[in-house]
Amino acid sequence: MANEVVDHGRRRFLTAATAVVGGVGVVSVAVPFIKSWEPSARAKAAGAPVTQSLAKIESGQQLIVGWRSLPVFIVNRTKDQLATLPTQDSRLVDPKSDGSSAQQQPKYAQNESRSIKPEWLVMIGICTHLGCVPGYVGEMKPEPFDPNWKGGYYCPCHHSRYDMAGRVYQGVPAPKNMQIPPYHFIDDTTIQIGVDPKGAA
Amino acid sequence: MANVFTNIGDWVGDRAPGLAPFYRKHMTEYYAPKNFNLWYYFGVLAIVVLVNQILTGIFLTMNYNPSAAGAFDSVQYIMRDVEWGWLIRYMHSTGASLFFVVVFLHMFRGLMYGSYKKPREMVWLLGMLIFLVLMAEAFMGYVLPWGNMSFWGAKVIISLFGTIPVIGSTLVEWIMGDFLPADATLNRFFALHVIALPIVLLLLVVLHIFALHEVGSNNPDGVDIKHGPKGNRWDATKPADGVPFHPYYTVHDLVGIGFLLLIAAFIIFFAPTFGGWFLEHDNSIMANNLVTPAEIKPVWYFTPFYAIVRMIPSFFGTAVWGVLAMFGAIAVLFFLPWFDRGQVRSIRYRGTGYKVALGLFVVAFLGLGAVGTGITAEVIPEWFGNVDLTTWENLFGRVMTFIYFGFFPFLWAYTHFGWEKTKPVPERVTGHD
Amino acid sequence: MTNPTILMKRRPLMKQRYLSKRFLSAVAMAFGLLLGSVSAQAAEESALMSSGASVRDQASLQRGAKLFFNYCVGCHSLKYVRYSRIAEDLNLSEQDVMQNLNFTGGKFDDQVISHMPADSATKWFGKAPPDLSLEVSAKGEDWVYTYLNSFYLDPHSPIGWNNTVLPNAAMPFPLAELQGLQTAVMKPGTTDVVEKLEISHPGTMTPAQYQQSMRDLTSFLEYASEPAALQRAHYGIWVVLFLAFFTLLAYVLNKEYWKDVH
Repeated sequence: MANEVVDHGRRRFLTAATAVVGGVGVVSVAVPFIKSWEPSARAKAAGAPVTQSLAKIESGQQLIVGWRSLPVFIVNRTKDQLATLPTQDSRLVDPKSDGSSAQQQPKYAQNESRSIKPEWLVMIGICTHLGCVPGYVGEMKPEPFDPNWKGGYYCPCHHSRYDMAGRVYQGVPAPKNMQIPPYHFIDDTTIQIGVDPKGAA
Repeated sequence: MANVFTNIGDWVGDRAPGLAPFYRKHMTEYYAPKNFNLWYYFGVLAIVVLVNQILTGIFLTMNYNPSAAGAFDSVQYIMRDVEWGWLIRYMHSTGASLFFVVVFLHMFRGLMYGSYKKPREMVWLLGMLIFLVLMAEAFMGYVLPWGNMSFWGAKVIISLFGTIPVIGSTLVEWIMGDFLPADATLNRFFALHVIALPIVLLLLVVLHIFALHEVGSNNPDGVDIKHGPKGNRWDATKPADGVPFHPYYTVHDLVGIGFLLLIAAFIIFFAPTFGGWFLEHDNSIMANNLVTPAEIKPVWYFTPFYAIVRMIPSFFGTAVWGVLAMFGAIAVLFFLPWFDRGQVRSIRYRGTGYKVALGLFVVAFLGLGAVGTGITAEVIPEWFGNVDLTTWENLFGRVMTFIYFGFFPFLWAYTHFGWEKTKPVPERVTGHD
Repeated sequence: MTNPTILMKRRPLMKQRYLSKRFLSAVAMAFGLLLGSVSAQAAEESALMSSGASVRDQASLQRGAKLFFNYCVGCHSLKYVRYSRIAEDLNLSEQDVMQNLNFTGGKFDDQVISHMPADSATKWFGKAPPDLSLEVSAKGEDWVYTYLNSFYLDPHSPIGWNNTVLPNAAMPFPLAELQGLQTAVMKPGTTDVVEKLEISHPGTMTPAQYQQSMRDLTSFLEYASEPAALQRAHYGIWVVLFLAFFTLLAYVLNKEYWKDVH
């Protein structure tokens, strides 16, 4: 059986075939390991939608609620606060939220008040610069950081400013408007954060 | 395009000139005997299982909680809430048992073909050390899920050390870090199991392979291919009966690895508890220091050694003899190269007495396993009716213990006094042209 | 001493296989003992009925879940099982689960925690009702099934009930309305050795119906012990087929390389 002729072509083909199949195997085995890093059922349960009653939030008041470990600002905006929103457009980076902030809110909040119902602001309270939690400065009076302050948010870390719809002012470090989470009204005085309204985009 | 690789190769070669020669020495110019049979798969299979244990172990550690309060829950968290956690866990538990299947068969190969004999005693000794460390690693790993068998197994095995006179009880407390296996014990076993022993194991495996490569592999005929004719297809100065490890045995081993993975997959996906042998039923209950399981026994791979402890009675008020016998059963294997005075390596050419003795040794090992797992306790009443179980089981177990230990002095006398009648050993391996 | 290095004429290709046979026979004996033990075990515990439970029967799992949440969750938790997971695995909608199964008041993603306070239970029953997440893993499905079929009225017991599988269990029998009332027929000549159980007062189910229901409940508990069981066989088939193919390919590759080794 002295078959001295080595069929290099066949060897190369078989080696390549085995390597490819083996490679497919290795990649397939890697998949469960990589996927094991995805949020577990326990993490997802902790991130479940949060229901919040609005009944006790007075006009001009803010309530902060936790959702997926994020602070969510719920503000019962006053008529005056709502009235000033259009007047700020020229001072803002993206007043219509259709430019650099196009991804910062669901479609149903892509309006002047960035909300479903005008008076209720529901917003993730994280500054779009480097992630601090801005403070609510609702009163319309001159502030050290802005003599023409018409109410909104002021971030203590690097002094970014936002208006009463969370829209970012020009000339501050933050690039985008603050994010609006998915939410909907279960009834007139209750919202659920984390779930879009039925039939919404 | 190929130029890029050559350039990188040259760059590395200029700065680490030993790399390429190292690769050649251990792979493409390591000439292994060409007559390896099925028994020669188990070394590389052991490496594959080791890699599996390390990889799956790392990912288990990412979600496991090493506290007495949280460990059991964290295992269920992995099994249910972590994406694919169940698969990673089953790969680890199946791997643990398969590790011992592979290692026992690997060691048996050594017994059959005289792989422990000169000049490979160091390979054998390093292998025995690996075996010891592996047993410690497996024992600690089994405690980590903190089920009821984890707890009670730990309690019983640690208390074996309590039989040592004078220092026994202090030693037991020192090992546990408490008066019973508790949080302290679990935490330290976690550290040892996850990092300390794996490092030691990896080091020993590397030394084991280096020691082997220094002297070259044995083969089923026990023929020293280095003393045979020189000159093969690849190198005129190398043994005629050798083939380059790479590609011949790398490709050969792929088939064996495929089979191992196939068997492992069957178990993992279709019978992960293996009927309660790989994952024991009692470990589905959380550790409870007030309720002992109906039948405490160690995992199957420890049972022969555990049976030896049970078979040796107490004398002079101490039960330490059983413990000494158990460790002795492993220690005696270390000295195998010096018990065996025979010149012939492979069982193929050894005397009939040796074959019978080795066969009896296997029977004894399996018989002791039957005692340790409780199989004899089930079978004796069934086959022999209403007899005194303890007496009969002790009789059987002690005979098996005697045969197990007896193998070694028998082997010594058989070879030392020249009672062994060997067959002529061929100059070249069987199956050459 | 024997001289091993005698020059040999060329040996025939046939290899000796003494050892394989001996080894195999030892292994065979071990297996014989093992199988013997298995049958011995079956014989010894022939008191256990065969459950016939299967996690692959989704309808059975759904019925079992309904039974569990109607009759068991008042006392027994399934602390490792989430409602959302039950919905996903048993192909039920969130509404189904929240309306028909969730009586513990938890959220959809929460685990099934019974509201029976542990210390009160210990006071009333002598022992807190254990969590059942892993009961089938620990005891086996046949044990659980037989247990559910083996309750009987016992005037000597403080709670009025006893069970032949777990004598003096501190558990009352919530399923009596389904099975009916069983009484024990003692072995003649004894007062405490139960020979068999008889239905003295029928329940809403016939014995066959009740056994099927207990089969369903056992299947559900088997699922609860290991939810992964539903998926792993399905992945396993593909993995095994792939590995068989890979091994075959490796075998062909191996043969190709070894053609030039003689």
